[in-house]
Amino acid sequence: MFLDFFLLLKEEGLPVSIGEYLNLLEALSKRVTAFNIEEFYFLSKTILIKHEQFLDRYDLLFGKYFHGVELSETDKKEIPKDWLEKEMNRLFTEEEKAMIEKMGGLDKLMERLKELLEEQKEKHQGGNKWIGTGGTSPFGNGGANPEGIQIGGKGGGRSSVKVWEKRQFQNYASDVELNTRNIKLALKRLRILTREGIEDELDLPTTIQKTSKNAGYLDIEMQPAKKNRVKVLLFFDVGGSMDPYIELCEQIFSAAKSELKHLEFFYFHNCVYESVWKDNNMRNNDRIPTFDVLHKFNQDYRIIFVGDATMSPYELTALGGSVEHYNDETGIAWLQRFVQKFPNIVWLNPSNEYYWDGLPTVQIIKDVFKDRMFPMTLDGLAKAMKTLKGKKTIH
Amino acid sequence: MTEFKGTENYIATDELQIAVNAAIALEKPLLIKGEPGTGKTLLAFEVAKALNKQIFTWHVKSTTQAQQGLYEYDAVARLRDSQFGDAKVNDISHYIIKGKMWQAFESEEQSVLLIDEIDKADIEFPNDLLLELDKMEFYCYELQKTIKAKTRPIVIITSNNEKELPDAFLRRCFFHYIRFPERQTMIDIINVHFPNIEDDLMDEALKVFYGLRDIHGIKKKPSTSELIDWIRLLKLGKNTIEDLQKIDYLTTQPPYFGSLLKNEQDYEHIAKSKRSSQNTFRRF
Repeated sequence: MFLDFFLLLKEEGLPVSIGEYLNLLEALSKRVTAFNIEEFYFLSKTILIKHEQFLDRYDLLFGKYFHGVELSETDKKEIPKDWLEKEMNRLFTEEEKAMIEKMGGLDKLMERLKELLEEQKEKHQGGNKWIGTGGTSPFGNGGANPEGIQIGGKGGGRSSVKVWEKRQFQNYASDVELNTRNIKLALKRLRILTREGIEDELDLPTTIQKTSKNAGYLDIEMQPAKKNRVKVLLFFDVGGSMDPYIELCEQIFSAAKSELKHLEFFYFHNCVYESVWKDNNMRNNDRIPTFDVLHKFNQDYRIIFVGDATMSPYELTALGGSVEHYNDETGIAWLQRFVQKFPNIVWLNPSNEYYWDGLPTVQIIKDVFKDRMFPMTLDGLAKAMKTLKGKKTIH
Repeated sequence: MTEFKGTENYIATDELQIAVNAAIALEKPLLIKGEPGTGKTLLAFEVAKALNKQIFTWHVKSTTQAQQGLYEYDAVARLRDSQFGDAKVNDISHYIIKGKMWQAFESEEQSVLLIDEIDKADIEFPNDLLLELDKMEFYCYELQKTIKAKTRPIVIITSNNEKELPDAFLRRCFFHYIRFPERQTMIDIINVHFPNIEDDLMDEALKVFYGLRDIHGIKKKPSTSELIDWIRLLKLGKNTIEDLQKIDYLTTQPPYFGSLLKNEQDYEHIAKSKRSSQNTFRRF
């Protein structure tokens, strides 16, 4: 009956299954709702869609199928509304305005818009290339580009808007922001439960078994409680290109501190060389030789590097390439020491995974880490923790 | 057929009514998600009340295991009794403690079973309940018998999205996302709670409330339950419309502000955004 509609959903990548389709038919034959399109919309939504992130997509497809409302390319690509919020409505100088004039005609802008939509995934403000608010880019709201194209502003002259056309779930489509709470939950995956120390818990199965052997007289057996004994070293890249990610790093740091009992952390700038430091205010006086770190901590430790891996290639490949001092050995050599020593090691990169291919230093580090570089998203964190946990280790 | 239409204390949108009724008709569990404070848990109680059914509530915590909803075998009690030669000890059924699901299965008439905050439990928790929710039966090893529901209960499950639920589990449920109420629905909800509130006060309070929600970047947006608490306080404190009109978040804060905003960083954030919007205004 609605097979074409079902197939359309499936084709457009919504996770719907045959079982759910049959449920829908059953609901219709039981006449759960009256036969009007609005009720059918509610009913099919509740039966077919199981996650709020798909609701907006569903609304679009429903509109397309039942009303023949065509999806334009820009609709499909989904431009998040909050890019366009005028948070950073700064005033431009004459110089900037002149620069914008030079950017070409309307057709060229449309082409560029499509290209950018393909490339861009995260919210952007300021700057002069991406779509966002208050920048000099020709796209977005509230900018000062004389040829700017408004996205997500007032719509066309549609009369009597249907429920699904209101697109009320638009905001839920990409609403997976990282906060301390879900970082903590991701870190929870990194747990290695072992029984060590004081015997303070009743071991019920053994007690029962021993008591039965003892002809019914109680023979109590105790055992140490299970505790998470995973040990972690965290290395944070600070300064320079990491500044935009400070808040994110703080969150990771506070989540890690509360979730992991055995945690040590160190700072470095761009790449690790002979020394690292523990107190960012004392970075010039109170340095710890990296060799000490490599020798002090044994292979049980899990290593997490947090950094955007963005720098000049010389900082990794050349002697004396560091921006801060003259290094006798290349950055790569130092990173390799870590990778060789610790079997469980990952690199968390807060920058957008989309740009990685274009950044040579990201590629170099990714190779050194044998592909164990993950973006700092919920999914990336979960994968990183899984990798970090590695095979079952016996303590 | 029994149909849910909301109750005198609970405004259910058409959308929600259809979701509930479809779940009842097709005997599927209904998964409810939505912003905190939009009445997810309350829904189960109201469904039970409206359809005049008994309700069993199973509140899930981080330590809850699926088995606890079915039954628990109290081995320690049996062990203790055996030490004193208690005659009870010969019958194992004395030591089986029934969980909420078993209780709901046993009920002679159809009941409502609420599984609250299912996302709080371990990641595997929903998977352990697949068969139980599908077939509404489970096997009790100690008694060596299958417990089958006499009547299939109406199952309502709530989640706060702290963990993603497994696909296999989702496929067995119907899903409804309670959206934040629109202005008209909100007015209906307030009228249900405060039948004789003055229209002017309500308008002004809603203006403050939606104004707060519109400020971008607030960590914990105030929700329906906070609005209701706040209006209750306003009425108790005999606040007038003039009090609310004075609010600018810089020198004058809303009365009982703490009942609306629960995160101290949000206070600073609001003051900051108000200050900067004033500055922008001056510049032009």
